[in-house]
Amino acid sequence: MKTLFKSTLTLLSIIIFFGSCGKGEKKSDGILASNAAEKVYVKPGELDEYYAFVSGGFSGQLAVYGLPSGRLFKVIPVFSVDPEKAWGFNEETKPMLNTSHGFIPWDDSHHPDISQTAGELDGRWVFINGNNTPRIAKIDLTTFETTEIIELPNSAGNHSSSFVTENTEYVVAGTRFSVPVPQKDMSIKEYKGNFKGALSFISVEPKHGKMNLEFQILMPGFNYDLAHPGRGKSHGWFFFTTYNTEEANSLLEVNASQNDVDYIAAVNWKKAEEYVKAGKGKKMPANYAHNVYDENTHTATSTMKKEVLVLDPSELPGLVYFLPTPKSPHGCDVDPSGEYIVGSGKLSANLTVHSFSKMIKAIENKKFSGQAYNIPILKSEDILGGIVEQAGLGPLHTEFDDKGNAYTTFFITSEVVKWKLKTWEVVDRKPTYYSVGHLMIPGGNSRKPSGKYLLAMNKITKDRYLPTGPEVTQSAQLFDISGEKMELLLDFPTIGEPHYAAGISADIVMKNSKKYYDLKNNKHEFVAKSEAETKVVRKGKDVHIYMTAIRSHFAPDNIEGIKVGDRVYFHVTNLEQDYDVPHGFAIIGANNSELLIMPGQTETLVWEPKQVGIWPFYCSDFCSALHQEMQGYVRVSPANSDIKLSWSLGE
Amino acid sequence: MKRSKIIMIIGALMMLLLFVFPLYNITLEAPQYPEPLGMDIWINKVTDHNPNDIKNINLMNHYIGMRDVPIKIKEFEIFPIVIIIMASLGVLIGLIGRRKLYLTWGIVMIILGIVGMYDFYLWLYDYGHNLNPHAAIKIPGQGYMPPLFGAKSILNFNAISLPMTGAYFMIIGIILSFIAFFQAKKEAKKVYH
Repeated sequence: MKTLFKSTLTLLSIIIFFGSCGKGEKKSDGILASNAAEKVYVKPGELDEYYAFVSGGFSGQLAVYGLPSGRLFKVIPVFSVDPEKAWGFNEETKPMLNTSHGFIPWDDSHHPDISQTAGELDGRWVFINGNNTPRIAKIDLTTFETTEIIELPNSAGNHSSSFVTENTEYVVAGTRFSVPVPQKDMSIKEYKGNFKGALSFISVEPKHGKMNLEFQILMPGFNYDLAHPGRGKSHGWFFFTTYNTEEANSLLEVNASQNDVDYIAAVNWKKAEEYVKAGKGKKMPANYAHNVYDENTHTATSTMKKEVLVLDPSELPGLVYFLPTPKSPHGCDVDPSGEYIVGSGKLSANLTVHSFSKMIKAIENKKFSGQAYNIPILKSEDILGGIVEQAGLGPLHTEFDDKGNAYTTFFITSEVVKWKLKTWEVVDRKPTYYSVGHLMIPGGNSRKPSGKYLLAMNKITKDRYLPTGPEVTQSAQLFDISGEKMELLLDFPTIGEPHYAAGISADIVMKNSKKYYDLKNNKHEFVAKSEAETKVVRKGKDVHIYMTAIRSHFAPDNIEGIKVGDRVYFHVTNLEQDYDVPHGFAIIGANNSELLIMPGQTETLVWEPKQVGIWPFYCSDFCSALHQEMQGYVRVSPANSDIKLSWSLGE
Repeated sequence: MKRSKIIMIIGALMMLLLFVFPLYNITLEAPQYPEPLGMDIWINKVTDHNPNDIKNINLMNHYIGMRDVPIKIKEFEIFPIVIIIMASLGVLIGLIGRRKLYLTWGIVMIILGIVGMYDFYLWLYDYGHNLNPHAAIKIPGQGYMPPLFGAKSILNFNAISLPMTGAYFMIIGIILSFIAFFQAKKEAKKVYH
């Protein structure tokens, strides 16, 4: 009897166990919910599925991560100097950071965007904006190096940048601050009506990617916050959010938040091209730097440009229209079809979605509610695509998946909200940790977004990681968006401020990645292509050392005849022609940095010895089994000494 | 023309493919070389299997005192001449059409092949044993000779030597000369019937 009771009890508990398990499954949206670790685990030796190019914000750089693992592969120096890679320190890259204000060692890098062909990511280049001293940089995805930087005249706070059109016809950059154009000495209080905001259209030569500032549209003195290109049917248009349409010049947090509506500026750039062709542009004097790095000479050159073509929308009908959008909109995002333009009014509780086809219809019927500085303002009700009601607080940025859904970040309520295009209903919301800014879906700014992952980038992390004093890391969070509900998979720290990102399927990019530079094509002015070509040449106080590096020695490695007061140029060529064999070069007392020289490349470090003595140099990249032996000496004699120049290896 | 003659001539002409395809390949595998290093040995030259492979093999080998891969050797002058002579003789023999000469040509080619392999062995032996006494890494009793055929582990590398397309064509050419011999025999019988 007792046994019977026991076994009944056991059976009962088994039924309860399985029963509850079944219930649990339904509730937690499938067993998979607990398998987040498995979804982001990329086994040792295996490769990630996506590249994520995450801007470093105030670090000024661009970080390359793998998704879904969140592993950091490289930090590409762009706008800030980097002594590790000698970026801005060696003679070859100093011109890259030249501007009309001289050499600038830092900037604030914000919005990377990947080049496109026919509305889809082609993975050739990443463009990114420097916010502080307005510039656009181009990163070549065969070398993952910054190869071009162009400065923008008439701009200040280059924020609504750097977004590309469907065929990378243009990289577009809008100014955040309006300023006097041309700059002049005047009272700040005379801002209203006198300052201008420039929208810059930089063409990209299709084959080599060479950038050129084709024209600027001089807009009213609002602040231009973010932008996105039209695509598909809206190709040929570009949309910019504005705030401070009040044109306040002080205490903007109050004074620029007074208007119930600001605008999204819809710019017809095909029309702009027509006006340019018809000679309606005005050439105005300017002064801006155009810096280009040549892969064969391994050297950058900086050219100052003296003129820019400007278009005045108040005189050129059909060029710009204003779409009224509630409350200081931030994000300005166009869905994959090109029909919907989402304006994230960051002080509004609702998301406003404009319809492109309705906009065109309203323009055709000339249904305007008025004009601002002679630019027609359309009526909200005529262009309304839909409203996502009470979605959250502080909407910032929206991207799209491949299934007709949109995902918007809300800064104040710290969450990502998923909603449906066309029905405008909210389907899911997930908290972020904390205060999410932008988000990224690979291909999110294209006709073909991927529907797999979403990366949310957070400004604040507080208790999410081990504390590191007052400054703690910012973070990115990876969500699985393949199902109906979003699922948080991973939370990883980032460099600087992960302001914005662009993602792309790895197989588009990885096959083009260069393994080394061909030594045969090295056209550096001071290259030594073999040890036989190494030498030391004195020209007055300048001494040029044509040096080579190969496992595991420098040639020459003993140099005499250098004097205090000389300017010594170490031109080091890495003779290796093998994958992943860089050599470093470091010398005691260098006031700049090390060199990190890729196979087949030549880099130059300037060294100005101030003390008599025998000074060593060595390889700073662990290159081989005898890396520690890869070293040499320079003899520095007094300024008045008559020691002759001599150099040797193995004597 | 008789079928045997055609076969003989084709067999002889196959020798000329040694100028189009490499004979032999030596590949060096190591964990840090996910794409292994390799050199292709031709009748008249040694080449990189992938760009810069020989340069990188030399770089590795200088630590253990090996010389650079000898790419200029007198064999590369003699072998092509021998092959051209043999191919011409083969064609000539084919045209003459004497079946015993077919057999002789085939046997001479086999002997030449064996001599060639022996020479290759000496080349490998010298390359693997003639070491710089000032080498950075010296391991007493360690030789670095790659295998003549098949795989062999040498320090951190796995060296693999295998024939390539050219060698296979050479073997087929020799076999064809024997087939031509038997075919000619058959054809002779038919005539007597």
